[in-house]
Amino acid sequence: MARMTGRRALAALPVLLVVTFAVFAVAAASPFDPVKAYAGTAGLTASQENLDQLRANLGADRPLLARWWEWLTAALTGDLGDSSVMRRPVADVIGERLGWSVLLAATAFLIAIALGTLLGVLAGRRRGGLLDRAVSSAAYTLEAAPAFWLGLLAIWFFALRLGALPAGGLTDTASDTVTAGQVARHLVLPALVLGLTQLPWFFLYVRQGVGDALDEDPVRGARARGLRERTVLTGHALRSGMLPMLTLVGSRVPELITGALLVETVFSWPGIAAATVTAATAVDFPLLAALTVLATAAVLLGNLLSDLLYGLADPRAGFDG
Amino acid sequence: MATGVLALVTAACSNPGAPAGGSGGPKDSAVVGIAYEPETLSPLLGYGKDGNSKIFDGLLAFDADMKLEPALASKLPQVSADGLTYTYTLRHGVTFSDGVPFTAKDVVFTYRTILDPKTNNASRTELDALASVRAVGDDTVVFTLKYPYAPFAERTVQAIAPEHVAARQDVNTGAFTTRPIGTGPYVLTGWSKGEKLTFKANPAYWDGAPAVKRFTMAIVKDDDVRATRLRAGDLDGAVLPPNLAAGFAHDPAKKTYKATTYDYRTVTLPTHHRVTGDTAVRRALDLAVDRQTMVDKILEGAGKPAYGPVPTGNPWFAEGTERRHDLAGAQKILDEAGWKPGPDGVRVKDGARAAFPLWYLSGDKLRQDHALAYASDAKKAGIDVTTQAGTWEVIEPRMKTDAVLAGGGSPGDPDFDQYPLLKSSLAGDGFNNMAWYDNETVDRALEDGRRTNDPAERRAAYDTVQRELAKNPGYTFLTHIDHLYVVNDRWDGLNTQVEPHDHGLASGPWWNVENWKPKS
Repeated sequence: MARMTGRRALAALPVLLVVTFAVFAVAAASPFDPVKAYAGTAGLTASQENLDQLRANLGADRPLLARWWEWLTAALTGDLGDSSVMRRPVADVIGERLGWSVLLAATAFLIAIALGTLLGVLAGRRRGGLLDRAVSSAAYTLEAAPAFWLGLLAIWFFALRLGALPAGGLTDTASDTVTAGQVARHLVLPALVLGLTQLPWFFLYVRQGVGDALDEDPVRGARARGLRERTVLTGHALRSGMLPMLTLVGSRVPELITGALLVETVFSWPGIAAATVTAATAVDFPLLAALTVLATAAVLLGNLLSDLLYGLADPRAGFDG
Repeated sequence: MATGVLALVTAACSNPGAPAGGSGGPKDSAVVGIAYEPETLSPLLGYGKDGNSKIFDGLLAFDADMKLEPALASKLPQVSADGLTYTYTLRHGVTFSDGVPFTAKDVVFTYRTILDPKTNNASRTELDALASVRAVGDDTVVFTLKYPYAPFAERTVQAIAPEHVAARQDVNTGAFTTRPIGTGPYVLTGWSKGEKLTFKANPAYWDGAPAVKRFTMAIVKDDDVRATRLRAGDLDGAVLPPNLAAGFAHDPAKKTYKATTYDYRTVTLPTHHRVTGDTAVRRALDLAVDRQTMVDKILEGAGKPAYGPVPTGNPWFAEGTERRHDLAGAQKILDEAGWKPGPDGVRVKDGARAAFPLWYLSGDKLRQDHALAYASDAKKAGIDVTTQAGTWEVIEPRMKTDAVLAGGGSPGDPDFDQYPLLKSSLAGDGFNNMAWYDNETVDRALEDGRRTNDPAERRAAYDTVQRELAKNPGYTFLTHIDHLYVVNDRWDGLNTQVEPHDHGLASGPWWNVENWKPKS
């Protein structure tokens, strides 16, 4: 297990290197001008000399490779640089926002896993039943619905029509203190929407897995021995039926991140995903690179986690595969 | 489990700078929705350069009629006879919100830091005339200029930063840029980027503590969302386009404020394009456009025709330079200049078709409407204008030869807009003089106007500029746009200033929220 973790960590290094370089290359090739983004509206009346000076101060006039190398060597010593769009150190920006994103993503993930598993087991037990047919068709529809569309729909219904839940932000507009109660109220809609977009995958996998497992020999054997249905389901069918889901936990992480990107933007949630969008359009190299590394690391960790879980749940798989 | 996670995370990442508890009643708190967020809150990087910064004060400030009045200075500056030295005497007993007294050192620090090329201030050019600034004792500051610059006093509404805080950190990225400390009527309590800025009243403000104790500016970019949140009661006031503001006209609990502005829309007619560079074409277009219809139809009446950057009715406006809509006159000018109608109705001269592209910023409905109306008016005179949408990245490289539907406008001195727009040496310099306008008489008058303090000489100079622009209109000015604000009718003392093109935090009826009084 430790060997596998170590080997994966080694393999991750070149991946991260390539990803950071790609971020710099893509951003440099984009038509957006970091100086214009930095100067904002003042840039429209600034003199060319002023703009050129800004370009030199920001280092935006230097070659791509040099900028990447400088960023990389500084980042390795723990200095992530300064965000030009947020006007503060990148570490501060991430430190302040990461928690909110983790809170949102974790809540959504828990909702998706808990609800998906529960519904999946119930539907898998009686495939073709009323519950199965209703939830399955809803799941296929949800799978096709884009996250931002669901978000706008939720805002329209819960915030505008019913006025029951706030439409966005972390706290009420008039309030400048962050209380747990306010955050909880503001978390409901974005977490539900993000959770709902992930739910179909878990539901469909569990439904299939449990349904198949119920037809397998061990289950038939258990039933023949006269074990209670509950024991058959939890002890035998679930154990093998849930295996594909463990893989899914890891492979859904990238989807969760892109989903968060949209959901945070729609709900003005002050997390890192919303900052990624801002950083990308402002060609804010240091912030963009740090956030991309973070996202890549999350994906790699997700894969590692699902492989480890798989190994633990099914000894046949082992840790060397 | 979920509550556990929540409590943990809430404890771990509280909003920076947020104070503990305490929320006022509805009467002494206000929440307004604005469309533009400041890039930074540091005066050293350009915040508060035009005053009304809430958190800071300048040496001087503009009152409701855009007249200069003393703020951190105790009186208007003394100007030397040659116009090169400005001496300010400072107010006594003013402290920053952290309790440290304000002195001449802070003024010197602020201006010197802005002039430092290492400071990322995109508006530095506005202080181009400033050669040096020095303190004489604790309460006098002397500015020395490189050349006489008449509007210099208006530049000293620039917000003043505290040296003891800002000098100790990186000017471009230090914490001061997001957690400012100033002498102003309000203290920033939180800034959630892209969401809102929150303020509380400064109880020790030198001009008296504001009656509105808590003030929030919500950043809502979308017009419809802003209107919805205003209707839902989430906002007390908001800036709205005319069609959405009309929806509140019959709401007895809300009042609509209309601010006149310097905010113009214009079409650049590049000197380096063989059609738009032709004076006859320029003059014909100037007569062919129906400005009043644009005001009535596009702006729904909230605006007025523009003939130059100086709005009509302004004391600096040159009377008699208004151009009436005269299609026959436009056709006559083109006929006489040799632009004869071709087979497809578009005029031709020496093998050149009277046609040119007109770019507008994609997604900007107002500019799109202006561009389409312009093209349709030009068509009637036999000039074929092709409108094209693009982002600034697409438009900027083409500005030398292609026409652009541009906007701008800075209130105050006539130098502020006309100099960068018309001075030939600034042609193609960033976004200045986008049309590459080149007129010797105008160049000379622009220099004369800024280098003398004599009111009669200045008036003559800016009259010359406007009359020359009428004779050779290198830009077709279309409209000056009014800004509309809808606010709950719960306070007294609301009015508006004459507003600039960028109307964010510092504009609207809340330009002086510190003077609002709750209605009893």
